[in-house]
Amino acid sequence: MALRVQADPFDPGAELSAFAKGRHNAGAVVTFTGVVRDDGGLTRMEIEHYPGMTERAIAAIMDEATARWSLLDCLVIHRFGPMAPGESIMMVATAAPHRGDAFAAAEFLMDYLKSRAPFWKKEIAADGTAWVAAKDADEDALSRWDRQ
Amino acid sequence: MIDVLYFAWVRERIGLPKERLETSAATVADLVAELVAREDRYAAAFADLSALRVALDQNLSSFDAPLAGVREVAFFPPMTGG
Repeated sequence: MALRVQADPFDPGAELSAFAKGRHNAGAVVTFTGVVRDDGGLTRMEIEHYPGMTERAIAAIMDEATARWSLLDCLVIHRFGPMAPGESIMMVATAAPHRGDAFAAAEFLMDYLKSRAPFWKKEIAADGTAWVAAKDADEDALSRWDRQ
Repeated sequence: MIDVLYFAWVRERIGLPKERLETSAATVADLVAELVAREDRYAAAFADLSALRVALDQNLSSFDAPLAGVREVAFFPPMTGG
């Protein structure tokens, strides 16, 4: 398991290559990359985080994913600070013997990172700035992972 | 003494990221009531608790949680990572 919380940009392609390299027992590698989306007029995005709690919360989510699915490895990279439209914000990668576990664990990690890791997005546009509001749908997405 | 941290628009409304307070509050809700009574900017930030989350020593918690033994309290809006 690897976790990086950083201000610096990263190259998702290079990260994927490094993650998958030499992993002959993995039949499946799944990745997700979150990108700064410009719906029109976005100058930049700024992400604030809670140093210490961020790493602790993400590590707990990764531990949970590892406990629930047969994963060989997983990777989370999440940036903070200013970033431009088109830049990668974050990335999740999972490696598993079979694709079902790799897909499910990646989706679980994403759902929990969205509303349980202490990051806050602010959009800076030509016509003003606004904190991105959490969506009810993001919270609802967590309920599907509730244990029966 | 307890460290109180604010993030995102909570930090902006209160006007500082962190402060160290002497408090006799028994719960998070009691601490909020103390802060709200201090100044309008706190009242503005804590006007709607349903729009806020709280962490105690870097673990998500709730407003009715006790503060005994807690060193760090953080208030922030719902998280928007990913």
